[in-house]
Amino acid sequence: MSENLIEFNNISKFFGKVIALKDVTMKLKKGEIMCLLGDNGAGKSTLIKTLAGVHKPDEGEIVIEGEKTVFDSPKDALDMGIGTVYQDLALVPLMSVTRNFFMGREPLKGPPFLKTFDIEKANQIAAERMGQIGIDVRDPSQAVGTMSGGERQCLAISRAIYFGAKVLVLDEPTSALGVHQASMVLKYVVKAASQGLAVILITHNVHHAYPVGNSFTVLNRGKSLGTFNKKDISREELLGMMAGGEELDKLEVELEEMNRINN
Amino acid sequence: MSDKAKSIISKKTTGQDERLKEVSKLRLLLNRPELGAVGGAILVFIFFGIVAGDTGMFSAYGTLNFLDVSANLGIIAIAAAMLMIGGEFDLSIGSMIGFAGICIAIPAIYWGWPLWVSIIFAFAMAVLVGYFNGILVVRTGLPSFIVTLAMLFILRGATLAITRLITGRTQVPGLRVLIENDPIAWMFATDTFKWLFTWLGSMNLIALRTDGTPLATGIPPSVIWFIAATLFATWILMKTRYGNWIFASGGDKNGATNVGVPVGRVKISLFIGTAVAATIFATIQVLDAGSADTMRGNLKELEAIAAAVVGGCLLTGGYGSAIGAAFGALIFGTVSMGIFYTDVDTDWFKVFLGAMMLIAVVFNNYIRKRVTESK
Repeated sequence: MSENLIEFNNISKFFGKVIALKDVTMKLKKGEIMCLLGDNGAGKSTLIKTLAGVHKPDEGEIVIEGEKTVFDSPKDALDMGIGTVYQDLALVPLMSVTRNFFMGREPLKGPPFLKTFDIEKANQIAAERMGQIGIDVRDPSQAVGTMSGGERQCLAISRAIYFGAKVLVLDEPTSALGVHQASMVLKYVVKAASQGLAVILITHNVHHAYPVGNSFTVLNRGKSLGTFNKKDISREELLGMMAGGEELDKLEVELEEMNRINN
Repeated sequence: MSDKAKSIISKKTTGQDERLKEVSKLRLLLNRPELGAVGGAILVFIFFGIVAGDTGMFSAYGTLNFLDVSANLGIIAIAAAMLMIGGEFDLSIGSMIGFAGICIAIPAIYWGWPLWVSIIFAFAMAVLVGYFNGILVVRTGLPSFIVTLAMLFILRGATLAITRLITGRTQVPGLRVLIENDPIAWMFATDTFKWLFTWLGSMNLIALRTDGTPLATGIPPSVIWFIAATLFATWILMKTRYGNWIFASGGDKNGATNVGVPVGRVKISLFIGTAVAATIFATIQVLDAGSADTMRGNLKELEAIAAAVVGGCLLTGGYGSAIGAAFGALIFGTVSMGIFYTDVDTDWFKVFLGAMMLIAVVFNNYIRKRVTESK
């Protein structure tokens, strides 16, 4: 068995003439957090969907625990332990915490043909799981709509872990959150990794990614600019590598210019 | 995590202090979708208690009368509510009632089928119509409002055309004689608890006819079906996996699909549910009247949706309750009958129906805000 929990080797994906991804390679060990950085249009969404089994790669291979794997559907990816948390979280605000947590995978009890949703057990598990993250769900039958954005994110992550994710794919988990909420989510991500999960954190926010990531892969226009360990690269260098970097430098220069003129 | 830590967490989450629990219970009650309808029903009863308390509206006979009307509406309102929670509408309920009626009457009268075979035939047709509605909505992704509006016209037109083609008329009478000794028809045509009413009559507790039999002879079948439907739908919604899927399908179709809920199947089954409920309604009414009429059930789809909305269903789906719809139907049934006992012209009933619905929608909107935004 290979040391890597999951490997993506030279993955390419084309949509007609458009090259969405070209030769992207990523390797993750257990307990590792890899941040996938890239500006809008860099190919992040395509990569996520390839990881989640929505798209099949046109070239390259996916290797999980040393075995070459092909995902025919999102369900295949789920069964192989790839838990994807999309930006929309797949949570229904009007439904309770418990009902969301077990949506589509409700625990049952009772005799055959008369099986009922074991809501007591579900409530208990949901409350326990949320408690482990440090979210005190006073009443697991409260609607998800009453929770904060960070809490919702944590609920979605917690659900993916509970249902057997070995590799967590998180799509922009902090993009809509304030500083406090974002740090709550990132703390939870680190905790999940420390329990042996591999995490792929997709973001365009270097400031959120840098403190938690072990390694960083930068995507630009469908190509990987490489994977870097944290000790080899600084926050500024990462920022510079993303498409926005150059432009930000330019912006800085221009602003300085303006200041000089004003003074 | 150590076992000790786990036990602390589970204590923390399950053993809450009493004060908190009481508050959340009250909040829970305030956040229930049926709150408005239950409150409305109480107000309606208080109103008629004052205005018409001495008129016989609340005698055994009067009570069964408005319960019968409420129950008939309730049977379709509950199915409509479940479909609305699942995120769709069915405007073809009323037409399905007319269609189911002739599906029973024409085979039984003109083709010589046993009544029970005709009834089963009508239910089979209901499943087909419901399936067709559902598959059309799911496959095309068109709003169910449009798809079932088309079905409203198609079914009503077909009912009229087929009936006139076969019978030359728009009514099919002569069913009453077939009910006796039929192995199925009794389920839709028998008053129950007759002994109770006979006993109450013999004790002179309820009004009697001149021949000494009680005026109210028993609980009409509609009421039994109505109660059974309310309990069954509530059990489905609150206690089963399928119930959770209904809420999920209506609440967020994409999210539900992403976590593996078979949204299409859920919606199709709910469309079958409304068509079957319409057929139960039709069977009860056709056997009660002894005849099928092509116009039966006209506009009932709107009353059913109105009752579901008054019962707390959101028009956007994902929220509502069967008990709420049942109370919504009770409000409409009580007012539509009760208005005869007052000095108010019955023409005003529709005004009331509309006003009630408006108030309910505003109220529901407020409740939804409370549920999703309180914090």
